[in-house]
Amino acid sequence: MSDTDTADPAIAPIKRPTRWHIAVFLAPAVLVYTAIMILPLIETLRLSLYNLVDGQTAFVGLSNFVTLFSDPRLSASFWNALGNNLIFFVIHMLVQNPVGIALAAMLSIPKLRFATFYRTAIFVPTLLSFVIVGFIWKLILSPIWGIAPGMLDMVGLKWLFAPWLGRPDSALIAVSLISVWQYVGIPMMLIYAALLNIPEEVLEAAECDGITGWSQFWKIKLPLILPSIGIISILTFVGNFNAFDLIYTVQGALAGPDGSTDILGTLLYRTFFGFQNQMGDRSMGATIATVMFLIILAGVSLYLFVIQRRMRRYQF
Amino acid sequence: MTRMLKGLMLATTVLVPAALAGTVQAADTALTIESWRNDDLSIWQEKLIPAFEAKNPGIKVTFAPMAPTEYNSAVNAKLEAGTAGDLITCRPFDLSLAMFEKGQLAPLNDLDGIGNFSDTAKSAWTTDDGKTTFCVPMASVIHGFIYNKKAFEELKVEVPKTEDEFFALLEKIKTDGNYIPMAMGTKDQWEAATMGYYNIGPNDWKGEEGRKALIAGTQKLTDADWVEPYKTLAKWKPYLGDGFEAQTYPDSQNLFTLGRAAIYPAGSWEIAPFKAQADFEMGAFPPPVKKAGDTCYISDHNDIGIGLNAKGKNPEAAKKFLAWVASPEFATLYANSLPGFFSLNSTAVKMEDPLAQEFVSWRQNCKPTIRPSAAIVGRGKPNLDLEMWRVSANVINGTQTPEQAAEETQKGLDSWYKPAK
Repeated sequence: MSDTDTADPAIAPIKRPTRWHIAVFLAPAVLVYTAIMILPLIETLRLSLYNLVDGQTAFVGLSNFVTLFSDPRLSASFWNALGNNLIFFVIHMLVQNPVGIALAAMLSIPKLRFATFYRTAIFVPTLLSFVIVGFIWKLILSPIWGIAPGMLDMVGLKWLFAPWLGRPDSALIAVSLISVWQYVGIPMMLIYAALLNIPEEVLEAAECDGITGWSQFWKIKLPLILPSIGIISILTFVGNFNAFDLIYTVQGALAGPDGSTDILGTLLYRTFFGFQNQMGDRSMGATIATVMFLIILAGVSLYLFVIQRRMRRYQF
Repeated sequence: MTRMLKGLMLATTVLVPAALAGTVQAADTALTIESWRNDDLSIWQEKLIPAFEAKNPGIKVTFAPMAPTEYNSAVNAKLEAGTAGDLITCRPFDLSLAMFEKGQLAPLNDLDGIGNFSDTAKSAWTTDDGKTTFCVPMASVIHGFIYNKKAFEELKVEVPKTEDEFFALLEKIKTDGNYIPMAMGTKDQWEAATMGYYNIGPNDWKGEEGRKALIAGTQKLTDADWVEPYKTLAKWKPYLGDGFEAQTYPDSQNLFTLGRAAIYPAGSWEIAPFKAQADFEMGAFPPPVKKAGDTCYISDHNDIGIGLNAKGKNPEAAKKFLAWVASPEFATLYANSLPGFFSLNSTAVKMEDPLAQEFVSWRQNCKPTIRPSAAIVGRGKPNLDLEMWRVSANVINGTQTPEQAAEETQKGLDSWYKPAK
């Protein structure tokens, strides 16, 4: 494809010009992505192998990781954060996704009135900034100014109210449910799209065989939307283990009370950037970031190589 | 034609602003103050900076505050990257000392006016050997309790002197039911330590005596004197109002200034904002002592100073500014624009605010001390101050006993601190 061939037109093959436009069109995305994603990622991984030794940055091998897992305080905060993160993820899997699927199933009922309204209303929180969501919920649940105590009082359930966000045993659940409220629109939309994709003929055939209503959902629709559910699960996993913003807005960087809402993201923030009188430690922060990256990588690989390959797909 | 047009556009968009910027810079030296005092932005912009600029034409000063909890790490990153302003607001003790040791702050021993400060005032920004001072002291803050005078009159109660009277008072306010006895929450954690433990504790650990013994290693945080304040804090729980576990710092401030709470465990920095918000008379009392006649101790903490960025671009102008900060003129201006930030200048400053005068009057009878976690024992990891925030909040919430709290902080301290023998 080089220009020298064109010197002898007699034997030259049909000239195919170099397709520069491919490179040109790809370049902006590749450049931007490399500059703001790939390079920082590599730099973070590299930084986790370095530390300050006598005021100088020096290569220390894996000793940061050894410190992270052997230092009694650091490892305690790390395992606490990982444990909380798992609970955070489990609550999303058990509440957000089933509720999302249920909502999608209800929305796809052909006779439902105001379906578009419901769909939009449920999806809107997803579009809101986490700062707004965090702030609104903090106010709703505030024991002093909030409307939650008043509303519970109106139905005679005032005794049920507690300062949920301030109690170590309920704060994490409360924050998880706020996050579920915000993001339930995403599984709903994806499943809704998948349900609309199921051809009428399949459903008609099912009806001819006498499968209707709930059993139609369980036996026909659910197997057909399983790949979408898989995608949603992995998105939830990645999102939850990268989460930080909502906890930071609702509970602050200390992720209190007593570290009960501390997840990997907030731990990383406090370690890397420091907090109040605690100075930031970039190497240890990068080490935690690397561990987070590995956890997410492991989860995604497990899904891609083990689960997705065994999933049955149906072609229509 | 198009080419000419393009040339014109280039000239107007790129060259003209650059030229303008050039002329502005040639005329004025710009100084930036890095600070964590968000709340004081308008006072700096409207009172302090104009007063300086009027006397020093050709110097433009910008006050650039950021969120208090992010200040230290952000300013450190800026200093390392060389983008920090010429003037750096200094946290007291170990944090600024670390900056000085890294060569980020310049020594100020020969600054005009640094002699206006006593050694005690400078102690928060002087090296351990006492030789070099690296920030100009600006102000100290005093802890105590601010109360709603109207509420106290309605309930016909007096200011408590002893701890028993204090709890009797709280019980009375609670039984009456009109007011929340005390406005404090534990959600943000820091009030529990700063307005709780550091506020009432000095009476138990006997101020400087206990603090120095802790540094020397002759006392431990698990000793009775250091556990006692946690025990008192645990007794605050029933008087803090519903849902205090989820009550944030602004919530508490609002509860008090709206007149819904009778007492507010405070730092003197609250005076100015409270004056602006509350429409009732306020009074203040120092932390009650155990028995009538006991010596009282107050936390009179050197809180804020200002230093010179060693790698700043305009050291001469910045030094002029610092010399002005060290002058009695600034002391009077600052202490009166921000009542509650008490000048550290040796020249006596006349304060007009009665509430601020009340706070300062305690210095005559009570022995002052600083926060125990600030100097020397606040240098390591885990940070003692942050640990005390957490356990104080836990003790008030009832999720940890006073003994557990003390043990946990001592364990954290033991993990890195070896007292000099």
